[in-house]
Amino acid sequence: MAGVAASPAPPTAVVRPPRERISSWPLADRAFYALCWISGLALCAIALWIVLYMLVKGIAYLKPSLLTKSPVSGSIEQTSNGGFLDPIEGTLLVTAVGTLIAAPLGVAIATWLTEYARPSWLARAVDSAIEMLAGVPSIVLALFGLIFFSQGFLGFLSQPAASGSLGQSFLDAGAVMSLIALPLVLAATREGLEALPPRMREASFALGKTRATTSRYVLLPAIKPSIAAGVVLGMGRIVGDTAIITILLGGSAQLTEPVGHTPVFGLLRGTGSTLTSYVYYNSPAGEGNAHEKAYAAAFVLLLMVLALNALVTRITSDRPGLAGRAFEILRFGTARA
Amino acid sequence: MDPLMPPPIRRIALDAEPTVATPREAPHVNGNGGASPGVAARPVRPPAATVRDRMLVEGVWLAYGESWVVRDVSLPVRQGEVLALIGASGSGKTTLLRSLNRLTEITAGAARAGRIALDGVDIHELEVNALRRRVSMVFQQPNPFPMSIYDNVAYSLAEQSPERGKRRRRRSPELSAAVEDALRRAGLWDEVSGDLDRSALRLSGGQQQRLCIARALAAEPEVLLLDEPCSALDPISTATIEELVIGLRESVAVVIVTHNLQQAFRVADHVAFMHLGELVEYGPSEQVFDRPREQRTRDYVSGAFG
Repeated sequence: MAGVAASPAPPTAVVRPPRERISSWPLADRAFYALCWISGLALCAIALWIVLYMLVKGIAYLKPSLLTKSPVSGSIEQTSNGGFLDPIEGTLLVTAVGTLIAAPLGVAIATWLTEYARPSWLARAVDSAIEMLAGVPSIVLALFGLIFFSQGFLGFLSQPAASGSLGQSFLDAGAVMSLIALPLVLAATREGLEALPPRMREASFALGKTRATTSRYVLLPAIKPSIAAGVVLGMGRIVGDTAIITILLGGSAQLTEPVGHTPVFGLLRGTGSTLTSYVYYNSPAGEGNAHEKAYAAAFVLLLMVLALNALVTRITSDRPGLAGRAFEILRFGTARA
Repeated sequence: MDPLMPPPIRRIALDAEPTVATPREAPHVNGNGGASPGVAARPVRPPAATVRDRMLVEGVWLAYGESWVVRDVSLPVRQGEVLALIGASGSGKTTLLRSLNRLTEITAGAARAGRIALDGVDIHELEVNALRRRVSMVFQQPNPFPMSIYDNVAYSLAEQSPERGKRRRRRSPELSAAVEDALRRAGLWDEVSGDLDRSALRLSGGQQQRLCIARALAAEPEVLLLDEPCSALDPISTATIEELVIGLRESVAVVIVTHNLQQAFRVADHVAFMHLGELVEYGPSEQVFDRPREQRTRDYVSGAFG
């Protein structure tokens, strides 16, 4: 509209209603309010305490050489020179194997459950199975895994042993680890898919697209952040699990020498240790008798988990994080605002 | 009719204009005739060069669960014409529209009776995805996919080619040309050609809806179904889309569901008025608006209810 008069000046006298006073609340509300305060503060204090304690202890004992040196082999005693390079590598290896199995499987099962769910009796059964899996203690999974992978025909997954199969290797541990990450990936993917508006599916069906095409090219890309968050949460579980490592990766502090001629596979068939088993072994409860190194390793472990958590927060927030930006650069050649 | 009722939508024109062939003005509702920009007069347009039946709806009943929402409807859908389905909420127009490409089937508990044919073949004998590529649909709420403008249209084009193994995101010159063509047909090209990589969700509502039309057109459908495509849009976007719809009728059979009588009047060649699941009246839009045969139609187009 042309020629409109200048808009009137905002009023100068503005009345803002005063904020509600807590003292005006009924006693029950005030008591509950106080309880909330106390428990909130207590939780923050405990979390802060743990992190600060590990930080102080860890930094005090952490030396760069610990990160670059292998543990002493052939000796129970870990107090002499030696670091935890191998456990770090072990953690990365197990996490990689577990994630590579759990992520595609979890996404696929979640897609089937939400987009197909047929036959319905199988979908219901899978639903219960996943719930049960999420509730099984990892030590139980580990024990089952050991028996399962000790069978002769699965011996190719670990180094040969006199009794046919050792049942212990990065592959065996990673496979069982994938079971504890799977429910997390699945739940995140499922929630993401269920939160999508139905009209997104309709739009694709109305163009003559199959369920498979719709899922692959419309729905799953739309929930990339949810999937990524689920995968990272799963990685966090894997990084932190001790029971499965203790049972299925064996006790060798160092990575074993690769066997066979396939480069990566040889290493994965071997045994080794991870940060969790290293911390356990060297803690006051273990036999390694190197508490300082346990603290240092625990600190590194804590950093890893905190970094993964930060990554989840970053992914699930709206702002594209580093990963999102890296993706854009790969995809479009430039990061956009 | 109750003498206190507001004058029928076409009364003035009806009095002034005895013959059907005379070019007409927009329905008189706002008191400003066809003067306001969003409510342009219906253009004088010659009939399409060829008008032929594409779909035939014969004695169709549709139900969700136990209640029949469409009762014994029969009508033709013709290429070269725009067919408008009008009627109050709950009259079954949208359900009828969705049954034309079997989208009703994705709702659990949907039941049907009767026959719907596309070029003489019962649509329930066609493979459902093949049918939906031929009979495409645009929805009430613009629903672009959360991807770039380019990919929205390219997605619809993919799988048309016989080589399915091909990576679909690759921007071959042929694909880009087809994307441009679809965007041009939907009248969106000039506005978005500068940045096809922009997220489709950043477009305005009217642009999003035209993108959805482009997406539907990219698959080269034979019938285009529009479910109240303008109800979420402003008058300017609405006018753009109406022009677009009229322009499309030569190449595709268009069916549009609308609550807006003026819109039906502006774009439709034939109008079907539905009430409580029944097809009350079907005929050329001049006839339905000017000389409705049924009292219920007369009441509806005059604004007595609905």
